[in-house]
Amino acid sequence: MTERSQTTEGTAVRQTAGTPHASYGRGFWVKLVIMAIINAVGVMIIFSAAQAQSWGILAGMAGLLIAADWVYFSKRALPLKYILPGFAFLLVYQVFVVLYTAGIAFTNYGTGHIGSQQDAADQLVAQNEQRVEGSESYPVAVVLPEGEDGGLLGEEELGFAVVEDSQVLVGTAEQPLRPVEGAEADADQVTSVPGYQVLDREEVLDRQTEVAELRVPFGEDEAEGALLTQDGRTAHVYEQTLVYDEEAETLTHVEDGTVYSPTEEGLFAAEDGTELAVGWRVFVGFDNFVTGIADTQTAGPFFEVLAWTFVFALASVVLTYLVGMFLAIAFQHERLRGRRIYRVLVILPYAFPGFLSALLFAGMLNERFGFVNEVLLGGASIPWLTDPWLAKLSIILVNTWLGFPYMFLVCMGALQAIPKDSLEAASIDGAGPLRRWWSVTLPMLMVPTAPLLIATFAFNFNNFNLVYMLTGGGPRMEGVEAPVGHTDILITMVFKISGLASGQATDYGLAAAMSLVIFLIVTVIAVISFRRTRSLEEIH
Amino acid sequence: MHRGIVAVSAAAALLALSGCAGDGVALDDQSRSLTIWVDDDRQEPVARAVEQFTEDTGVEVEIVLRNYEEIRNDFISQVPTGEGPDITVGANDWLGELAVNGVISPIEPGELTEEMEPVSLEAFTYEGQTWAVPYAIENLALIRNTAMTDVTPETWDEAVEVGEELDADYPILLQMDTEGDPYMMYPMQTSFGAEVFEQAEDGSYEPEIAMGGEPGAEFAQWLDVQGQARVLDTTVTFDIAREAFANEESPYLISGPWILPEVEHLDVAVEPIPRPGDQEAVPFVGAQGFYISSQTESPLLAAELVTDYLASHDAQVALFEAGGRTPALQSAAEVAAEDPRMDGFAQVGAEGLPMPGIPEMAIVFDYWGVAHAQIVDGRSQDPAVTWEQTMDTIQAQVDD
Repeated sequence: MTERSQTTEGTAVRQTAGTPHASYGRGFWVKLVIMAIINAVGVMIIFSAAQAQSWGILAGMAGLLIAADWVYFSKRALPLKYILPGFAFLLVYQVFVVLYTAGIAFTNYGTGHIGSQQDAADQLVAQNEQRVEGSESYPVAVVLPEGEDGGLLGEEELGFAVVEDSQVLVGTAEQPLRPVEGAEADADQVTSVPGYQVLDREEVLDRQTEVAELRVPFGEDEAEGALLTQDGRTAHVYEQTLVYDEEAETLTHVEDGTVYSPTEEGLFAAEDGTELAVGWRVFVGFDNFVTGIADTQTAGPFFEVLAWTFVFALASVVLTYLVGMFLAIAFQHERLRGRRIYRVLVILPYAFPGFLSALLFAGMLNERFGFVNEVLLGGASIPWLTDPWLAKLSIILVNTWLGFPYMFLVCMGALQAIPKDSLEAASIDGAGPLRRWWSVTLPMLMVPTAPLLIATFAFNFNNFNLVYMLTGGGPRMEGVEAPVGHTDILITMVFKISGLASGQATDYGLAAAMSLVIFLIVTVIAVISFRRTRSLEEIH
Repeated sequence: MHRGIVAVSAAAALLALSGCAGDGVALDDQSRSLTIWVDDDRQEPVARAVEQFTEDTGVEVEIVLRNYEEIRNDFISQVPTGEGPDITVGANDWLGELAVNGVISPIEPGELTEEMEPVSLEAFTYEGQTWAVPYAIENLALIRNTAMTDVTPETWDEAVEVGEELDADYPILLQMDTEGDPYMMYPMQTSFGAEVFEQAEDGSYEPEIAMGGEPGAEFAQWLDVQGQARVLDTTVTFDIAREAFANEESPYLISGPWILPEVEHLDVAVEPIPRPGDQEAVPFVGAQGFYISSQTESPLLAAELVTDYLASHDAQVALFEAGGRTPALQSAAEVAAEDPRMDGFAQVGAEGLPMPGIPEMAIVFDYWGVAHAQIVDGRSQDPAVTWEQTMDTIQAQVDD
């Protein structure tokens, strides 16, 4: 089949030279349709990105699209035709994610620093706008001044009309409330005002964001407050305590005149250091990395957790590998009866979802009610999960239980590939079973399995599920300021100190910085190990 | 082969296309529709209230079912991007964080001020503003199995004595966890006078830890004694406490209204919490309510739905029937109080303290329970010292 299509293509190419029309075979049309769809999708994403003002995504998508068109329509890019899809996915799912994380790692994104400076200023103004105590509530009509030719004026001109002391008052954001003659009201609700159009409910709803943002001053003096409405029906008198100056980018307190200016930390602060609660995202350089690694609060636990993460990942790999290999060798023995049943049984822990097993084990290891203490140990009360050392041991043992079937499967396959004669030769040379295992089986097994061991290491380095479900990182380290436990590995520690685990103030910047550190550690280890593996192969 | 790859990428592209289709719809008039996040418990009654709203106004409301635990963080991260809902259900202790992040708008309660239980509105007050329309309040109380004992204990020791006389497996059940459960333990603490934060004159909380000192030390000693006697035990988690009470292994359980559906087969009375210290054992009163996003494009409609529909008598009664928590609206609370057990909770709650909604509360929770657990487990050399150290750590974190 492959050969045939190659011949067809070959002919097509040859034909192109002479008669161009002949090259548009069925394949070309299929390709055209597919590329049209891809282009359509791409252009759509570009439009959405433009709408969301995500210029990075827009540029990336445009680049990918141009590349795709060039690659699949050009005659000179044959290898790229195979590489591009994979490359595109790599770009989107790996490179982009890492870059995005890196982008966050250098900002203070987190609780209190979520939006932009403008958002923060708007919020602070709104939060500090309070209803004047004991003030009346007014049924309000939303009005729009009519233009000279009966047409409507600009959007800024929305106003409110209310009844006060049987007198209709009208005002807009620019024009404080003032009495108008000839207006009509039904009870307290204004129904018509000369020179204005009274909006009905539908029209109000059409412009509800404007209505909700509209402040109509009561008088020339700001201290008299302003009318505003939250539902478009009833208005209340509000006083502003903070005023934003767009030019100077400062907030000023109306009563005491304190000026709050933006700081480098993304907060509004007064000269005496008082800060306003709502901040915004700013670039903070390496601050997050320094906090994560060198800050007194996290430095101590960081290195302890780092060490434990290595111990945990290494021990998990070594133990699962040894147990898996031992069972694989044992079940290979021809004199063993019922090997198939054993093999199925051994794979069972692997068939169970990992985090469910971890939860089950958490229950079984409960100090007072757990199966292990209650039944197996006759009512002993061993703190499997609450003593620092026992908890570490429990984690490693449970992970061995969960991980060995995988190693068993891998080793079973690899063992088949070991030539029997080398083992026989060794045994003729007088090597005992241990010697044969150490000098022949193990080295030959390492060649195909070493890359898997590295992958397993990397997986366990970030084995969030197990730790989270089994001990939750506990027991808590004592005398340490960060809420970190003895069995926390780096990834669960990041989860905790970034505030994602509890309801505590979140710090995505810190979390991203620490994730990057983990990413770098794992990458470096993987690169070094793969180099080693290659030298292992060369020996053979 | 060649075509295969193209076909695969085309399929992927089509998948992406279907994903984008949702965004395309967003181009429609957003200001005339509402999205509201609710959890499982609230979905049905909210749907009913919303149905009436849609009938009256013609505005479509999309109800999005969310996992309650995820709402807070998702709301904070999605509102600024414009992806969040217009309204979400939430607890009052989220308030400080939501406000500091600028993702919610203050609400003008207007007439509701007179119609709601004062404690419920108080719970949603921060920096002088009201930030949500409450619909329910909840608090702990003592639940007594009336078939096992008819003694209403006034003090903790009395309760333990009754339990021991009955030879029950657990004299009294109070759930903990390996990292403690401060919410459950709080009434015990208040009976020693160790309240969590200093309170300003108007009752609002200030970020000054007030749990230390002599009252804190006494409470720590008490924890130690109860831990040694195994009356308190960190292995008695929510599940175990519920099981044990349902199996009549204990005459007393300290818990909230959420436990009632689980013990429907028992005849229970709901009474004040027995005090271990000299003062009354006062629980936190938490409130649930509806917050409005600060980025909503339908501010008027959102306000209308929340204040006129979700705060209505019918809606609050329906929410009570679905969630089993005392309604915040007084007229609805009266309906709930027809059940003597709910009335019991409401009476204990009337004496309760609003659960602090200031952002510092989250920090407190991170360390507080760990100290409880450490002392109860006997892992502490000197309970009073452990307690004081924890309080210093918390204060340092709060000041940070």
